[in-house]
Amino acid sequence: MSIDIETARKVAHLARIKVEEDRLPELAENFNAILGFIEQLNEVDVSGVEPMTSVTPMRLKRREDVVTDGNMPEKILANAPDAREGFFAVPKVVE
Amino acid sequence: MADLNKLTIADARDAMRKGDLTSAELTEACLTEIEGAGALGAFVHNTPDLARAQAKAADERIKAGDAPDMCGIPLGIKDLFCTKGVASQAGSRILEGFVPEYESTVSQNLLDNGTVMLGKLNMDEFAMGSSNETSVYGNAVNPWKIDDRKLTPGGSSGGSASAVAANLCLAATGTDTGGSIRQPAAFTGITGIKPTYGRCSRWGVVAFASSLDQAGPMTKSVRDAAIMLEAMCGHDPKDSTSADLPVPNFEAMLTGDIKGKKIGIPKEYRMDGMPDEIEALWSTGADMLRDAGAEIVDISLPHTKYALPAYYVIAPAEASSNLARYDGVRYGHRAKLAAGDGITEMYEKTRAEGFGDEVQRRVMVGTYVLSAGFYDAYYNRARKVRALIKKDFDDVFAQGIDAILTPATPSAAFGLGEMENADPVKMYLNDVFTVTVNLAGLPGISVPAGLDAQGLPLGLQLIGRPWEEGDLLNIAHEVEARAGFVAKPQKWW
Repeated sequence: MSIDIETARKVAHLARIKVEEDRLPELAENFNAILGFIEQLNEVDVSGVEPMTSVTPMRLKRREDVVTDGNMPEKILANAPDAREGFFAVPKVVE
Repeated sequence: MADLNKLTIADARDAMRKGDLTSAELTEACLTEIEGAGALGAFVHNTPDLARAQAKAADERIKAGDAPDMCGIPLGIKDLFCTKGVASQAGSRILEGFVPEYESTVSQNLLDNGTVMLGKLNMDEFAMGSSNETSVYGNAVNPWKIDDRKLTPGGSSGGSASAVAANLCLAATGTDTGGSIRQPAAFTGITGIKPTYGRCSRWGVVAFASSLDQAGPMTKSVRDAAIMLEAMCGHDPKDSTSADLPVPNFEAMLTGDIKGKKIGIPKEYRMDGMPDEIEALWSTGADMLRDAGAEIVDISLPHTKYALPAYYVIAPAEASSNLARYDGVRYGHRAKLAAGDGITEMYEKTRAEGFGDEVQRRVMVGTYVLSAGFYDAYYNRARKVRALIKKDFDDVFAQGIDAILTPATPSAAFGLGEMENADPVKMYLNDVFTVTVNLAGLPGISVPAGLDAQGLPLGLQLIGRPWEEGDLLNIAHEVEARAGFVAKPQKWW
């Protein structure tokens, strides 16, 4: 599988990272080096193997579905680049 | 007492209990050293006022009696841990200005034990790197030096390794996703242990690859690692993968008796082109354990070769998901927008400015392997290979193997900048001996065991059974005792 410039552009957009046009060829080349390395996995016979979901065989803990935390809007907003009237502020989303 | 900053945790603890030393004196000695060690780039946010206040409180607690072992011990904390009221940037520009309103569970556990925080330590951006060169703060530097070159302390916990090896603090926290505690420990001649996945809570530790990340101590001795690990561990309801198991007294398990232990030597770790010195160190390590009464057994871990490629699917996939939270909305950096820019431009510009090259690369590789049409071919296949890698270990443990001995790294520390133009895959090979352990969720420890011909430290790695950190530390303690590694870097900074 070889990644072309068009695919690199698409992946950058999916990842929401702006990549300038002139840097796309280098990015595609990097992807190809890494994916070439990953291709080795195709040598392994994985028939009948379940994909690992948890490295330790333990059941995740359950708890009551109740509110355990909250009522701290100031703390939550304290690090926001732009917060107004108790909300995170972002550029207009809907035209 | 002279050179207080050079003390181990165990010696400082004992001296403080006897009243020969105060935490205030110890903390002051470390703060002075840190001030003179700017050239190492190890500490990136200093908290001297906080440290002095904590030391004072620790001295009162020790005087009152019954203080925990770690009480009054001055530590450095890796920048990946969120620390309340103290900048926590994960070595990234995108978290510039982020000051957490909360404390990570591991650092809170340490604070509850009375430790002193000297400041935050340098690291590769989001823990992605093996040389500390991807940090927004600039390089951390290895205190070991053999010529004009500045050497890497390894990564991602490079600042932690540099600070401990240079005696700027008594010990430091690290985190390990593919080798980020063990590789820098080996490069700087210190001890580092990554416990079993689930031993240390991941809550409040900036996430890289959640199924692989574990915190652990980086220390000057195996005994110190045992003492500090106990203080860091414990069940935490805030991390659903945190193990609800009792934490043993690891130090009490350093009995010096490893007679009859079966130590596996995996043939697949004998890599093509491995330097003779690494090979020689490895067999010396096996001899030491044999002399101590252990039985050395040749074993096979057949899927070893596929660990790195599997890791470079799974880790970027998880990272692309975890790092989606850096959107310029809730914390950290937001790009300046042009007229007419909408929310998509805000995301794209913010992330382009905030993430460095390696982080961008991994987020995009992760996005690709998770994208429609490739999920099965890459991500699911990698998770199946991961299951086989874990089975390799399960099989040898089922044969009665107690621990596995391997080299920690394929080379000694290399020069900063030497890998700059190399293919990214070449840097990834640093983790060839350590990454299997993360994929299988096992405990692994790096112990300094010798010097190479140039005079740089080399480490041996021991891999243990799940939850058997105590046994692992006991075996490592024997290697440490027999290797008698006492070399220290000459001060040049």
